[in-house]
Amino acid sequence: MTAVQTPSVDAPVDGPGGSKLGSTIKRVIASNPSVLPTVAAIVIFIGMVIYGEVAYGRIVQYNTLSNLLINNAHLIILAAGMTFVILTGGIDLSVGSVIAFSSVAGVMLANAGWNPWVVIVLMILIGTVFGLASGILIQYFNVQPFIATLAMMFLGRGLASLLSTQPERLADDSQLLWLGEQFKLIDGEKVNDVVITPGVIIAFVVVLVAFFVLHRTRTGRTVYAIGGSESSSALMGLAVPRTKILVYVISGTLSGIAAVVYTSRLGIAQNITGIGWELDAIAATVIGGTLLTGGYGYVLGSVVGALVLGLMNVLITRDGGIPPEMTTIITGGILLVFVLLQRAVTSKRQT
Amino acid sequence: MSTGARTSWLRELVRKPFFWGLVAIVALLVLNVLKDPNYLAISYDPETGRLVGNVVDILRASAPILMIAVGMSLVIATGGIDLSVGSVMAVSGAVAMVLMKDAGDSGSVLVALGAIGLALLISAVLGAVNGVLVAYVGLQPFISTLIMMLAGRGIAKVITEGQNTSASNEPFRWIANGFLIGLPVVFLLAIAIAIVVGLVVRRSALGLMIEAIGINPKASRMAGIKPNGLLLTVYILSGVLAGVAGIMSVGTVMTVDVSRTGYQMELDAILAVVIGGTSLSGGKFSIGGAVVGGLLIATLDKTIVFLGISSSATPAFKAIVIVVLCLLQSQRVRSWFVQRRKPPRASAAPSAVPSEKPQQKQEVTA
Repeated sequence: MTAVQTPSVDAPVDGPGGSKLGSTIKRVIASNPSVLPTVAAIVIFIGMVIYGEVAYGRIVQYNTLSNLLINNAHLIILAAGMTFVILTGGIDLSVGSVIAFSSVAGVMLANAGWNPWVVIVLMILIGTVFGLASGILIQYFNVQPFIATLAMMFLGRGLASLLSTQPERLADDSQLLWLGEQFKLIDGEKVNDVVITPGVIIAFVVVLVAFFVLHRTRTGRTVYAIGGSESSSALMGLAVPRTKILVYVISGTLSGIAAVVYTSRLGIAQNITGIGWELDAIAATVIGGTLLTGGYGYVLGSVVGALVLGLMNVLITRDGGIPPEMTTIITGGILLVFVLLQRAVTSKRQT
Repeated sequence: MSTGARTSWLRELVRKPFFWGLVAIVALLVLNVLKDPNYLAISYDPETGRLVGNVVDILRASAPILMIAVGMSLVIATGGIDLSVGSVMAVSGAVAMVLMKDAGDSGSVLVALGAIGLALLISAVLGAVNGVLVAYVGLQPFISTLIMMLAGRGIAKVITEGQNTSASNEPFRWIANGFLIGLPVVFLLAIAIAIVVGLVVRRSALGLMIEAIGINPKASRMAGIKPNGLLLTVYILSGVLAGVAGIMSVGTVMTVDVSRTGYQMELDAILAVVIGGTSLSGGKFSIGGAVVGGLLIATLDKTIVFLGISSSATPAFKAIVIVVLCLLQSQRVRSWFVQRRKPPRASAAPSAVPSEKPQQKQEVTA
């Protein structure tokens, strides 16, 4: 587990690791084939970086990589939340709409003169409430995760549209924008700087906490156990109902945080913000090696998955020859490859 | 004795799969009548031989939803889901529009038939890809159709080169806008297709086999059903019906908007199926229920516009419908309802949670 974590964190900076790392990875895969998709995602990410550098240039440099993080901070946060849900064998389709509702409400409140901290807390709480509602529907009323979060998706989008159908712009002096402000860490030549935003730091913290919770706490083990077999974990006396609600609350809350990060970066919120982001988050999670049936996967893999998607957009923009409408086909194709890979891995384990 | 009989009669009525759907349609129509007493009025236009009225509008708008709902109910009966229907609608519309635009002939029946044929063929191919991924590769239906949903939207954009494409062709337009015996052609067509599909699956053993796969794929294989071929057929049928829906929806305006045509229609279809009483966990379906569900969604859409609420807020109302229906279908609320012998209400939800907690604990320790 720790061996996987090292390359995923280092990859954006260092590229491929040394041969010692290679042998460690080999050993880990041999002992636990379920990490193969995650390793494959890392390999693909490194491959994309190398290809991009060779074909278009200016990929492995400070500003491209920092922008990759800044522009995908919200997706990383979403993917971390989605990992929890998918690990239990569920799905959360509401994240994109929750972001829309939370950010439209947040911007309108901030413009109405509310204290920015109160606004931020409210934006996150909106996500929590949506997650709690899905969780209660799923756990206590036996509604399928798919349909319960679909209802929340409709509800969020509809409520956002009721609030406003116009783009809501944050006032230029709003303190919320501070979260999206760019700070230079390393001053390179010309614009080639290492920049970071508080949003990126939030994303890092979210991922670290998620990693800690999943791998070092009882709740995390229960999440994996539910994905393995819900009835067995209930018979073992694990807190299944509580944990199942908790994963949706986590996903909802992280959507709220993602809404804060995204809104502070753009300064604009609209009722159509975040359409299709649930699919991006699911794709990031799946590419990162989390099995859709639950029970196997790593939150750091989802981070790599989110970065793969982000880098793909960068490469497509750089190429210029690929029509933008091909983006979804390519995303679909990558997703298909990874799902087939998962399928191969799981069937190997069965035989 | 008499109270017991009355309760069982009530329970029987509530348990009818699409009872609540019908109630909701009537409620919505009543709401509209309250706003405008003439809402239900239907007049006959002797010049064009058409019936004119809000209800006729609802029927016409319901046609595409009916088509995908019928396909979706079969897919869901096998325990699967087809998220790609909206994208397939866009692809089918794009194919038809681009072909008719290139043909340039505005009146040829042959061109219209060719466009429809090619659109349906390509829809069938997309459905077959879903079917192969689900049945033969063994992927989860959710994820394989999700991929097709992503890719389909892209394919539609590639076909039209990202542009909204318009074409003119009278026979093609007639399908979506024409009238036959006073009723919209699309609606008659949709009902006819729904009846044909319903008859084929219910008069033969096909329907039972589909349900058997949904209940237990392994057991159905041991009982001699070959699930793979049947699954493939179901997904192809869903693709073709989505293609028909695509033709219907682009035919109305004779333009395909590659990012809006069929957008989120998969959710409408799933909603229609749930309203119709089909369990999302598979194993049973009701074509009649899907039709009721489709009509309810069309009524809901029109009502919201009629009441002057922004149409972009429609999803919130659909969400409320989904939540209420899911609660009504859940065992927990049903048992609650039987104990109280009162009609269930949506507000039952929050109060039921704390009262059921001890029971939950028992389940866990048992």
